[in-house]
Amino acid sequence: MHGRPRKPQRAVDAAAAATKASKLRDLQSQLIQNHHRRLYTNEAITVSSKLLEINPETNTAWNYRKFVFQQNLHETTDSEHIKSLVNDELRVVEMALRQNPKSYGAWYHRKWILSQGLVDVDFDREFRLLDQLLKADSRNFHGWNYRRFVAKLKDVPEVEELEFTMDMINTNFSNYSSWHNRSALLSRLLNKKAEGFTEREKILTKEYELVLHSLFTDPNDQSGWFYYLWLLHQTITPNEISLISSWPPHESNLVLTANRDTGYYFTNIQKLPIVLYFNKTVQGVNSSSVTVNSMLFKNEDLVWKPLPPTKSEEAACWVTYLQFPDVMSWEAKIYVIEVKIDHSEAIMSSHSGSQSIDPLNFRFSLSLNYDNLEFAESVDELFNWNDSGSLGVESNYLLSSDQLKLSEDQVSEFSKWQMQTVFEEINHFEELSEENCKFGKLTLARLLIAQDAMLSHKTPITEKKIHLRNVLELFDDLMKLDPKHAKYYEDERSLVLLNQVTIDKKSSSSHFSLCGDYISSKLHFCSRMQLRSLSLTRIGYVERLLWVQVLDLSHNKLRSIEGLEALQLLACLNLRNNQICSFTALQPLKLLSYLKVLDISFNQIGAHPVDTTRYLFSPPSTRSLELDKEFLEDCRRSNGWEAVFLFRDLQLIQLDVKNNAVADENFRDLLTKVLPTLTWLDGERIRGVKITRGI
Amino acid sequence: MEELKVDKHIQYILSIEKEKDSFMALTMEHLRMNGAYWGLTTLDILQNIATVDQNEVISWIMSCWDEESGGFAGNVGHDPHLLYTLSAVQILALLNRLDILNVDMVSKYVSGLQNVDGSFSGDVWGEVDTRFSYCAICCLSILRSLDKINVAKAVDYIVSCKNLDGGFGCTPGGESHAGQIFCCVGALSITGSLHHIDKDLLGWWLCERQCSDGGLCGRPEKLSDVCYSWWVLSSLIMIDRVHWIDKNKLTKFILNCQDCENGGISDRPDDAVDVYHTYFGVAGLSLMEYPGLKTIDPAYALPVDVVNRFFFPE
Repeated sequence: MHGRPRKPQRAVDAAAAATKASKLRDLQSQLIQNHHRRLYTNEAITVSSKLLEINPETNTAWNYRKFVFQQNLHETTDSEHIKSLVNDELRVVEMALRQNPKSYGAWYHRKWILSQGLVDVDFDREFRLLDQLLKADSRNFHGWNYRRFVAKLKDVPEVEELEFTMDMINTNFSNYSSWHNRSALLSRLLNKKAEGFTEREKILTKEYELVLHSLFTDPNDQSGWFYYLWLLHQTITPNEISLISSWPPHESNLVLTANRDTGYYFTNIQKLPIVLYFNKTVQGVNSSSVTVNSMLFKNEDLVWKPLPPTKSEEAACWVTYLQFPDVMSWEAKIYVIEVKIDHSEAIMSSHSGSQSIDPLNFRFSLSLNYDNLEFAESVDELFNWNDSGSLGVESNYLLSSDQLKLSEDQVSEFSKWQMQTVFEEINHFEELSEENCKFGKLTLARLLIAQDAMLSHKTPITEKKIHLRNVLELFDDLMKLDPKHAKYYEDERSLVLLNQVTIDKKSSSSHFSLCGDYISSKLHFCSRMQLRSLSLTRIGYVERLLWVQVLDLSHNKLRSIEGLEALQLLACLNLRNNQICSFTALQPLKLLSYLKVLDISFNQIGAHPVDTTRYLFSPPSTRSLELDKEFLEDCRRSNGWEAVFLFRDLQLIQLDVKNNAVADENFRDLLTKVLPTLTWLDGERIRGVKITRGI
Repeated sequence: MEELKVDKHIQYILSIEKEKDSFMALTMEHLRMNGAYWGLTTLDILQNIATVDQNEVISWIMSCWDEESGGFAGNVGHDPHLLYTLSAVQILALLNRLDILNVDMVSKYVSGLQNVDGSFSGDVWGEVDTRFSYCAICCLSILRSLDKINVAKAVDYIVSCKNLDGGFGCTPGGESHAGQIFCCVGALSITGSLHHIDKDLLGWWLCERQCSDGGLCGRPEKLSDVCYSWWVLSSLIMIDRVHWIDKNKLTKFILNCQDCENGGISDRPDDAVDVYHTYFGVAGLSLMEYPGLKTIDPAYALPVDVVNRFFFPE
């Protein structure tokens, strides 16, 4: 029970309660009896109304009344009689609502009666009732739901309802329910470009004025802040879908190496992935909306997969794979491969339905080198993360954000109004963030991040970097100011850090190296990114890292690797010394077909009974394993369901799991069984060399 | 910090079973099935389910089954409803006695309540609410009968109730509310459809439910209440954002709401206790890995070992 004080009952109260209880018991048992006997006499009906007056939650009593109502209706055609039947029900509902204005059963009964369309609804009465109720409790969501119901029944124009939210906000701006309804109504009116709502920018500007007034009156009241965030989203969302990055990038030249005598490619990838990264979640990427033209590859029907895969086939990142042709079929020339998005109306934003992408295309070239290298069997060697290569090497394969832009006109366009609004809002909040207001500071940080994303790449990078530094300072302040939510700010901060290190070629190159010893002989275009010890807690800006093959994320505070699935070329991944808590958190790795080396040692896998990623990528109900009995027994013994579900889809050669709570001897045995390709486990050789050849 | 009074809470739960004649008990009579689920699940989390006579429980549950429709009522003599059908199925799963059910009949009842737009009615009278979508999806999943409904449409309907703040309401346009968010996030979790959620947006809304007293509230500018320890926490866990709140403060808040003398947990410190808040308090502590408690699954609202039993059968 809500809000009832915990105290021993006085004798007088106890006696009164007993009388009340016995009355209620009598009514309840009579109601049940009448209901089962289908007894619909006046006396029996009175029992139900008396009961509902005391306890409006008795659903069966409402059902009983509906039966009676239907029965009576059946026996009459007289409109006055019907009117009085309807009135009786409306009165019982009103009585019940006096007892409990949040009774689901009572509200539904009223809707059910009025929905029958038997009488002309007295709308004045309904709105009067609502006025009373919302006056008593302006946040009663049953009341608001009912208001929407009545407005629809009466066909009240949405503009009028929008005015009603204005009245409610004027009475008391600290009313989240009003702001909520306002956001819903306004966004519908804007989307359908209703009369008076065609000038979107003008209207949003007015809304900024409205909400700012309330925010500055009481900056600690939450009601307006969520509305403000919604306005901001409306302002900064790019108007059009665009392709923000791809692999291979536009105008890039890839060189493969093969041995002419044996016919093998020196590469650890069997197919060439093509990755498209859009600025928003899209649907409709398929072989008819995107075509790949080249003399080299047969014009086959390519299958485009969303990353991560979703049932509704929508994602910002999409991949397809091109099968390498036979080594002998190459001619001594440079092949140009063109990726074209021409049937553009097929590719749609999954959120704001009507948007589609402008036609575009990009191209890259591919050529083949012959080399008589002996096929180096690098499986025989342990890959060592500490051989850092030489950092800071300039390379043709380093393709950071400034190069990844396909061309000027493919970058998200922002209107003058969008830029101007964000600029003005920043000015407002610089003022407010001075006074330790957490929402003010957080909003300023969000605005600065938004501004940064809007600035064209003609803006000097130094200016952007200053912004990012300011944002980092704001998040540091927020962690101190609002320690309850410190980890939220830490996660937001992590994205800013990644933005910082990947923002331009100069920043990235200090973290970049060519990989010297492991797969270089097998893979011609091999590139390594080192992002260790940066206090990262989550991943972001993956669209700038699509080219990475070796990624060192060790010694961070990563709890999640969501997003890494976009790095389709990834062969080696170091997650040593992070805060990964479960194998389900590593599920994005299942989408990396070429991953061979993985270090997840010194994490917290198995240390926490609550698995926060249990449902994130696929629910446990889909994890039915078709395994033999012995295997199932192993799983059960080492509680290794999630591990098996993850690793059985990986072709790892080298794995480090030590210093995780889960990694005991039983578990290592299980891994050996589930990973037939595994040669190195925790630095020890567990199998002899298998000759795994290229293709 | 006060400790969790495990023994007192067990005594309290066993005592409410006997106390049927008070006014409060009577006003709850119609939802006794929910009460039984809250009480029994609490006992199981406290590792004490063996203290109840399981046969008695099961025969009472089956006496609430309506053979004609296939649904369960909240109590003997009442009408069947999805709310109680889910509780009944959850209790039987908890006691590992799903075998007693006529699965075809029960799942026919549930699937029969799906509407053309994918939504679910709570019973034959047609009230529609995303709470009922959760009840139906959770119930059918436990019975491994999700194929009996149109899951894609059910998901579409839930998505149509998503708001611009990232949360969910009862019906399209309804205000976001933590209880409703649990239902929608739970249903999307079970059906593998969490990609419909903007996890950062919803996660921020949810983590801002933590009030200065450490407790969680259900909507902006509302008071904290122990029951949201479940609705908010479980939702935050399902979308992997639970680290965005301060668990120590919340643990203290829940423990402060215990009646240390007579057992039970209340909505706020020093209020009267009830089985509903006792369950949500204990379940919340389980979600925060409080020592000595069984771990509860955030989507099915049943202990993880029970859930694993129906997915990884022996």
